[in-house]
Amino acid sequence: MNRPVPGGGGDGNAAVSVLELREVSKTYGQEPAVVRALAGVDLSVRAGEMVAVMGPSGSGKSTLLTIAGSLEEPTSGQVRVCGMALAGMPPGRRARLRRRVIGYVFQDFNLLPGLTAAENAALPLELDGVAVPRARAAGLAALEALGVAGRAGWFPDQLSGGERQRVAIARAVVGDRRLLLADEPSGALDSVNAADVMRLLHEACQRGVAAVVVTHDAQLAAWADRVVLLRDGRLTGQTSRPPGPETLLVPRETR
Amino acid sequence: MSVPHALLALLSAGPKYGLQLREEFEAGTGEVWLLNVGQVYKTLGRLERDGLVESDGTGPEGPQKRYRITPQGGQALAGWLRTPPDLTSPPRDELVMKVLVAARVPGIDPHEVIQVHRLYLLELMQQWTRLKEGEARDDLSLALVVDAELFRLDAVIRWLDAADARLARAAAEPPAPGPAASPAPRLRRLGVRR
Repeated sequence: MNRPVPGGGGDGNAAVSVLELREVSKTYGQEPAVVRALAGVDLSVRAGEMVAVMGPSGSGKSTLLTIAGSLEEPTSGQVRVCGMALAGMPPGRRARLRRRVIGYVFQDFNLLPGLTAAENAALPLELDGVAVPRARAAGLAALEALGVAGRAGWFPDQLSGGERQRVAIARAVVGDRRLLLADEPSGALDSVNAADVMRLLHEACQRGVAAVVVTHDAQLAAWADRVVLLRDGRLTGQTSRPPGPETLLVPRETR
Repeated sequence: MSVPHALLALLSAGPKYGLQLREEFEAGTGEVWLLNVGQVYKTLGRLERDGLVESDGTGPEGPQKRYRITPQGGQALAGWLRTPPDLTSPPRDELVMKVLVAARVPGIDPHEVIQVHRLYLLELMQQWTRLKEGEARDDLSLALVVDAELFRLDAVIRWLDAADARLARAAAEPPAPGPAASPAPRLRRLGVRR
């Protein structure tokens, strides 16, 4: 079962999946040169849960993420975010959902160079029409939670790679975002900073966010509560929730 | 590698005599693991008692007796192949051996065997990562041990991925004929008579 969400996240209905993919397929191109990127993928992610999607390149990982983020439509199947079906949703509502509910983290951070860390973090709220003082306060709170409040007035090119990604995660969770989608979020970082990024993403989940993290790196995937394996557009397996780490430290029986 | 399971693996390719099994077993381990013939017959006797192999004739153990694997023996072998080795401590050769055997045994899908182990290893890595997230934050020695374990397990998973890809490629394109071909003879020593 899922880890209890500290503070409950204010959701009130933890049984509803934040993200639900049902029988999702995606093909590109026309017969006879059809490329099948996803084939009947079922995946549901609850509030507070961090799911890692692992698979070789070309397995459909990034397609899964863009469909979950409503940036692309599936060829068939259903996608629900916070219980709302994306199919048939008017473009305006869909854009609002993207701004208010979903946060994205990319390998190359995608911070706006002309804005400070605080302005970057507050940007999604400002774009959504939130009053600037309130947006800035929320941006600062997000920077604080990620341990980079001290960099609030700095510009991206003054920050280290690890700090930039912290600001990018702050931007992705700012306000009351429910779903975090991350594509190789620590691909550009050394292993210690990469682990920090995963730790921060996992902590964000423990505060109630649901996250899907795409990675090809088993050490990073292991931060997740659940690892699903993707191959040729199909989910081929997933870890069952492991027992606590205490089992690792008891002496093993000699054989 | 467990001797009884090695014999079951050899028998899954077809019925064999005891001496033949000994010869193939030794060849299959690169002649580094020698087996006396008494040990072979003792093991076969136990396997027969447990219903995992059966023999023609009812006479005493000897060169005239031919053994074949039973359906239960096949199940025992399949179960053993899927039983995760103890990867909480260093020996990983057992896993390599399982994949090598899985690639040779008829009716076993090596990709499925690989997947079983891949998921098991990922779960183990998740457990170590929980330690890294918790206790190991304030305990440098533990953090180093946890990292070592994570890198080791990561390496095993990468090897499984590579093995998976290599087996898929080998199945898609049969080896080109010719004398320069391949490590196949060495592999063949695992299960087929020279």
